[in-house]
Amino acid sequence: MSALVTLRNVTKSYTRGKQKVEVLHGVDLQIESGEFLALMGPSGSGKTTTLNLIAGLDQPTGGEVEVSGNRIDRLARGALADWRARNIGFIFQFYNLLPVLTAEANVEVPLLLTNLSRSERRRRVQIALQLVGLADRAKHKPNELSGGQQQRVAIARAIVADPTLLVCDEPTGDLDRQNAEEIMNLLKALNRTQGKTIVMVTHDPRAAEYASRELHLDKGKLAKEEVRHVA
Amino acid sequence: MKYLPLIWAGLWRKKARTIFTMLSIVVAFLLFGLLQGINQGFNTVVQNLDVDRLYVTAKTNLTDGLPIAYASRIKAVPGVRQVSYWTYFAGYYQDSRNPIPAFATDPVALFDIYKDLKIKPEYLQAMQRTRTGVLINEQLAAKYRWKLGDRIPLGTSIWTNKDGSNTWNFDVVGTFDSSDLGGGFPGFYLNQSYFDEAAAFGRGTVHYYIVAIDDPAQATAVSQRIDALFVNSANETRTQTESALAQMQLKQIGDINFIVNAIVGAVLFTLLFLTANTMMQSVRERTGELAVLKTLGFSDGKVLSLVLIESLALCAFAAATGIALAATAFPLLKPIFGNFQMPGIVVAMGAGLALLLAFISGFAPAWRARQLNIVDALAGR
Repeated sequence: MSALVTLRNVTKSYTRGKQKVEVLHGVDLQIESGEFLALMGPSGSGKTTTLNLIAGLDQPTGGEVEVSGNRIDRLARGALADWRARNIGFIFQFYNLLPVLTAEANVEVPLLLTNLSRSERRRRVQIALQLVGLADRAKHKPNELSGGQQQRVAIARAIVADPTLLVCDEPTGDLDRQNAEEIMNLLKALNRTQGKTIVMVTHDPRAAEYASRELHLDKGKLAKEEVRHVA
Repeated sequence: MKYLPLIWAGLWRKKARTIFTMLSIVVAFLLFGLLQGINQGFNTVVQNLDVDRLYVTAKTNLTDGLPIAYASRIKAVPGVRQVSYWTYFAGYYQDSRNPIPAFATDPVALFDIYKDLKIKPEYLQAMQRTRTGVLINEQLAAKYRWKLGDRIPLGTSIWTNKDGSNTWNFDVVGTFDSSDLGGGFPGFYLNQSYFDEAAAFGRGTVHYYIVAIDDPAQATAVSQRIDALFVNSANETRTQTESALAQMQLKQIGDINFIVNAIVGAVLFTLLFLTANTMMQSVRERTGELAVLKTLGFSDGKVLSLVLIESLALCAFAAATGIALAATAFPLLKPIFGNFQMPGIVVAMGAGLALLLAFISGFAPAWRARQLNIVDALAGR
């Protein structure tokens, strides 16, 4: 396997009011293509910031971020937005679906940024919803779906444009145990059968067990690494 | 078009708020359409008044009379095709609260000058045969249920007849259609010859001469020739085109243009704040959703465009509805203003104002959406 994501000596600091907050202190990291990585650590350890940098949502203060051979830390805002649309699928803790759109319309949103015809967009939306087992809920709005179902719709939205990398921020954080297991099994299946590279931030050790590698961050530095061979 | 569902969904996120804002815009543009439409309608009517018709009045005052003997002298002026006249009768029916726009005239010449007045030839012939005859327009006939053959007693606040009475009896001999000239056009005509014979005083005078000319391009020259005929006489004249006279009369009412613009300006200014507030609130409530769109790859420019188009859709739809309602109301005003429709310029002005309103009210929230920092917005900061 080759490195899909490379972070070299990445630093990140924020200014909150008059205070400068150092979040990451020279993080070096490689994520292989097809890997399922869990980023763990206490609150404020810098795991979400790391995820945001990998996903091109934020820019590092120092160091290099390379994804699929692209130095995304050098991209301007507009180019970064285009890059995200083509390469990244996002899954959030609170699903972040657009409440006024139906499930299928939500899943279609990333495809609006492509040149696909309407019929092709619809076809891909149907496939994505079938993959997450929600084809029969296509016309439902988010408030008509359970939390687990909403997260499935969010996963369908994340994969519909066939991105290289899925980034998940606490994907099971708002779900009960059964739904959390279903979501994690779905992510694992996407990793195994579709070959999706997944980077997941989680507090939940049970969710992290689905990953092939765990990285622990503490105070803005990589603290511990655990590689496991998942059956 | 592919972004339409997104824009539509954003617009109807809070249905009640959107509906109330739309209603405000509809009402504002209905008002705009009616007021500006009427204003422009006035201007159009004045501008379209025939320039081949001249009005000759006493130079001293509109109400001072001119000798009826001027008619033949005016008709002899080169370039003059036809001459008729009006003498204001100041009539009323039964009660002075029912004024009748009655004028004594030479009906044959008058109807020859005003081609827009539609009358059957036999009615004009009957008028010539009947000294006490009157011609009334259909609107007036319908209002008072007058019909052919009726004898109408008409009071007047000015003219006493030779019997010493202020009530004159007339016979209805015909009706005519003056709808193309609007509700303000006089609709009751009696024979000047009969009026002259029967009036106890003021005989041999008329208030206006109406002059039809051969060539509108010669209006100024013909006017000067007419006025030159009577210069230094006891009754000097002032000759104007029909539109100049109408403008002078409108100015006596007040500067309608200024009043209309002031009202419409105040309404639109208030509307601007209302719409801007709606859009700002809408964007503020959707901070997280807009951040998600940006996360998924929508560029700053696309997000700005989405919000601006949403504002445009709100304003354009509501403004179009308001203007359309105003346009449908115009036929109802036909009895007052005659046959004119919503002027195209008002529709164009309305479209321009709707665009301006959408842009001004939508720009600040759209810019806010554009500048949104994804990480902060997703974190709820």
